[in-house]
Amino acid sequence: MSLVRNPKDVLSGLLFIALAALFAWQGLELPFGTSGRMGPGYFPMVLSGTLGLLGLIVLVNGLRTQGEAPSSIAWRALIILIGSIVFFGFAMRPLGFLPALAISVFASTLASQKFRLQSAIINTVVMTVFCWAVFIKGLGLPLQIIGPWLGGY
Amino acid sequence: MELLSNLELGFSVALSFQNLFYCFIGVLLGTLIGVLPGLGPVATIAMLLPITFGLPPVSALIMLAGIYYGAQYGGSTTAILINLPGESSSVVTALDGHQMAKKGRAGAALAIAALGSFFAGTVATFLLALFAPPLANLALQFGPAEYFSLMVLGLIASVTLASGSIVKALAMIVLGLLLGLSGQDIYTGTPRFTFDMQELADGFDFVAVAMGMFGIGEIIRNLEDEHQRSLVAAKVKSLLLTKDEFKASIAPVLRGTAIGSVLGILPGGGAMLSSFASYSIEKKVSKTPKEFGKGAIAGVAGPESANNAGAQTSFIPMLTLGIPSNPVMALMIGALIIQGITPGPNVVTEKPDLFWGIIASMWVGNAMLVLLNLPLIGMWVRLLTVPYHLLFPAIIAFCCIGVYSVNNNAFDVYSMALFGVLGYALVKLDCEPAPMLLGFVIGPMLEEYLRRAMLISRGDPMVFLTRPISASLLILAAIALVVVLLPSVQKTREEAFKE
Repeated sequence: MSLVRNPKDVLSGLLFIALAALFAWQGLELPFGTSGRMGPGYFPMVLSGTLGLLGLIVLVNGLRTQGEAPSSIAWRALIILIGSIVFFGFAMRPLGFLPALAISVFASTLASQKFRLQSAIINTVVMTVFCWAVFIKGLGLPLQIIGPWLGGY
Repeated sequence: MELLSNLELGFSVALSFQNLFYCFIGVLLGTLIGVLPGLGPVATIAMLLPITFGLPPVSALIMLAGIYYGAQYGGSTTAILINLPGESSSVVTALDGHQMAKKGRAGAALAIAALGSFFAGTVATFLLALFAPPLANLALQFGPAEYFSLMVLGLIASVTLASGSIVKALAMIVLGLLLGLSGQDIYTGTPRFTFDMQELADGFDFVAVAMGMFGIGEIIRNLEDEHQRSLVAAKVKSLLLTKDEFKASIAPVLRGTAIGSVLGILPGGGAMLSSFASYSIEKKVSKTPKEFGKGAIAGVAGPESANNAGAQTSFIPMLTLGIPSNPVMALMIGALIIQGITPGPNVVTEKPDLFWGIIASMWVGNAMLVLLNLPLIGMWVRLLTVPYHLLFPAIIAFCCIGVYSVNNNAFDVYSMALFGVLGYALVKLDCEPAPMLLGFVIGPMLEEYLRRAMLISRGDPMVFLTRPISASLLILAAIALVVVLLPSVQKTREEAFKE
């Protein structure tokens, strides 16, 4: 029997401790103050300490009790979807609303194992037209349709 | 009668053409997302928040509220017809509702779910009208110490919402509080947790966090396992209840309404908890407990009334104290703040049209749901056949546009992606995101009240225990924590959440 009996708890414990350490490290440079006059660093430090402690409890629980391992990660969906979202953020200004949206929607359809080119293209066209009608025409969001890289202004 | 004139004001607001329209859009959208599994009210409301910028505050809140209780209706429809609860609050409805459908009584189950919900919604609306103003008056006397303790109680109580480990849920709350503190310190203007990024001067955007955790994370999770949903929808013959069924439902509806109303008010309560509690109580008091799980109408009538009552009364702490009792309420507070309204006890007196308009619109919306849903059941079921791989790119598109348009800022889109990854990781590790979102909203308020209280008491923490209201709230929080940690309660919790 290995030392790690409940991988989910051990991993979450480690994640909480790591995040607590990150916040504590960031909070170190903030003035702490006194309990009567708390500085900007007081409450964050208290919270980081609490989070670290709770993380430790979760970690120890994970070493003591039995539990199942997390199911495998959906790498394909994760990478493609996050990629499409980041691309959308990046492309909004240089390319403009329509190209950014169309490319992101098309790219995100690739995340499914049931991807089929024909339905993906139809989906992309329908979504782009629909979003243009709702958000630009209907709600009048002030977004540039075509960006400067593609000859917009 | 002040109550009557207040309600009159409320109905005059809610029945205006524009607000009727937004109420209708809200309940329609709510039912739609309630029917579709994998898209909940939290993600939907987060997506729609940016759209509400341009609306008057009343219309915005009426629409968002409609989504919330509309989702309860939609969720139960699919739970009964295809044994697939669209919302967590209709999980228990599926147990007996689907069994009734198998016996050819789908129509009766749907009818009692709708009628019970409508009855519960009506009662809860009146409770809201009756109790919210005095509660707001009481809250006006609250000092910083009371507010701090109340928020602690709310956060602790919200742990009961999380399925699984209590310690993990507590850690998620603290993580949320920490993330909520990012941005400028309110007293000194010192940037905190900004990682030297200009864009983080105001902290992480609430919409980005909510959409990332509940929208994006959930989609990735759903794409893990794309099995074909085999849908065998039960046929709906007649919506009429038999005399016996009607008789058997009266008491459960009344009990469910009472349970839901009480649990909804409690911080951490709301629709899901109410339906679980009602189901287990109905099973206990029933003369024929063996019928449960085999199509007992009480097992549909009770929980359905309870979840709707709970959904409605959970507005009470949000509207009167400005404290969210669940993630949906946290989003409502976000919507109010976006509209430039500070949620809290002053809303009742300063914005009576908003306050009473929302209350009246809930009743109007519930009436709409009954009229709308029973005839449209066939259409909702057909909607379920839309495959997920065609649906999720649309959700991604809405999330991207929504979060970008909040500040016209690409940084918020990147934050959403980041929180999507974090949300996915946490869900994989069985850490519920709901308590984190609550912590995120409450974090800045909690710190402000803590600092004010400690400043007044000159650094003496006993102030939280010497003031009676504050002390009782903290004691309640301690009791809540001890109770959920009791081994026997933990066991029942596990059973209740196992579904």
